[in-house]
Amino acid sequence: MNWIKRNDKFLSVVAVLAGSVLIWELLCWLLEVRVFILPAPSRIFLEIVDTPIYFLSNAGFTLMTTLAGFALAVILGVVAAVGIVHSVFLERTLYTLLVALNSVPKVALAPLFVIWMGTGSEPKIAIALMIAIFSIVIDTVLGLRSADTDMINMARAARATQLQILIKIRFPMALASMFAGMKVGISFALIGAIVGEFVAGETGLGHVILLSQGMFDTPRVFAAIFILGAMGTILFYIVEAAERFFLPWHVSQRGYSGGH
Amino acid sequence: MSKNDCYVSIRHVGKIYPSPHGEVTALQDINLDIKNHEFVSILGPSGCGKSTLLKCIAGLEKASQGTIEIQEQTVSRPPDGMGVVFQRDILLDWRNILDNVMLITEFRRLHREQYLDKAHALLKRFGLEGFENRHPWELSGGMRQRAAICRALLDDPELLLMDEPFGALDAMTRDDLNLELARLWQDTRKTVLFITHSIPEAIFLSDRVVVMSRNPGRIDEIVDIDLPRPRKLSLRETPKFGEYVAHFRHRFAELGIVKED
Repeated sequence: MNWIKRNDKFLSVVAVLAGSVLIWELLCWLLEVRVFILPAPSRIFLEIVDTPIYFLSNAGFTLMTTLAGFALAVILGVVAAVGIVHSVFLERTLYTLLVALNSVPKVALAPLFVIWMGTGSEPKIAIALMIAIFSIVIDTVLGLRSADTDMINMARAARATQLQILIKIRFPMALASMFAGMKVGISFALIGAIVGEFVAGETGLGHVILLSQGMFDTPRVFAAIFILGAMGTILFYIVEAAERFFLPWHVSQRGYSGGH
Repeated sequence: MSKNDCYVSIRHVGKIYPSPHGEVTALQDINLDIKNHEFVSILGPSGCGKSTLLKCIAGLEKASQGTIEIQEQTVSRPPDGMGVVFQRDILLDWRNILDNVMLITEFRRLHREQYLDKAHALLKRFGLEGFENRHPWELSGGMRQRAAICRALLDDPELLLMDEPFGALDAMTRDDLNLELARLWQDTRKTVLFITHSIPEAIFLSDRVVVMSRNPGRIDEIVDIDLPRPRKLSLRETPKFGEYVAHFRHRFAELGIVKED
């Protein structure tokens, strides 16, 4: 009983997902839906099991470009945010440009990257980076700016330098906001990678979907979508686990265990 | 008063803020000398500019007029040998209590080992022994403010600035911390500038009480508190203490800050 209580959130997620798959399966059999319209979950599962290496290598490519794009987005995004917070010039120029660019549907820019960078993994990484970076920059700027003035005054009164205030006060204070940006960013990076594969290329799950669609191989399309869904979910929860690891003090993580 | 006796010297200090409704005079012609080893309280209602004055002395804000000197050095940025305690404890939630107290060793690149004993001694003095590895959110408000005081005292500053440090605490914790602060002053004779809006607190702790009034923020009067030290809480029941309380209450009524009818 205790185990169930402790994991009730996780168990309810599993129950909802398993229930939905079961209903889908039953409906496909009962209504005799044709496979190329909507394959049953069991059929999709068989598709993956039949050619595991094929899916694995394509998923690996997509995962690699997603992670590379995301990592670059985090590094460049945080550096840009620090610059924007500390320099009026960068705020007026870079931040303004970023916000303006953010209003352009970034998917529409994807073909340009193929022109500039070819059909290898580089344009996919670049597109993932471009789509993921906005939420990271904007949330990091927000977080760095939200630092408590009393806390900054306390540090200044203790003769802290601007750099020390940034590292020891502003950054830890901004982490919660930065993770909010990264949780959005990791999902966006995956979207960027797939968009890149849609536009051009011979590998990746996006390419698998396009290729199978051309052959009306619906089970294979669904298999790729299923893997993408699983990948996105796992990546999201990895970022969330990192958040819990780095922010054990944060109110949103603390629950009711501490405090008076 | 000879020059060496005077630790803080405030001359004709004014502070004017721009605001959408024109300029606001937060401080007007403040003149005050704080002697070495003296405990001075600034007593006044909210909005009288007492926190602004403290920020100017601490070098966190610039005065619009006049000069502030600490040990004959004009204050332009936070000076050495100063500790500040704010109204909120502002402990860093991601550090345990010991690392919060040790914070300034990192800011000033001091040797951690040399200050560890000092930190433990301070925590013990303020009843926080055994809480070194706890995080701020696990402590009560009074304990958090004690930790903030330890942080300010770590490198043994000669000047201690306290901005309504007990304002957010319940009455009993406040009494307790008043006693601890009085004892600390008795033992160390630091120069203390203490800001409060509590009349009994100001009398109990101070050698002199500076009364401020608002609109604009200025010094109304400075009163020597001639009560024996060391002081105990029972002092507050003596007639002489009562006279001081009555005097200040009367003064705030005259200033129109406290209206009885």
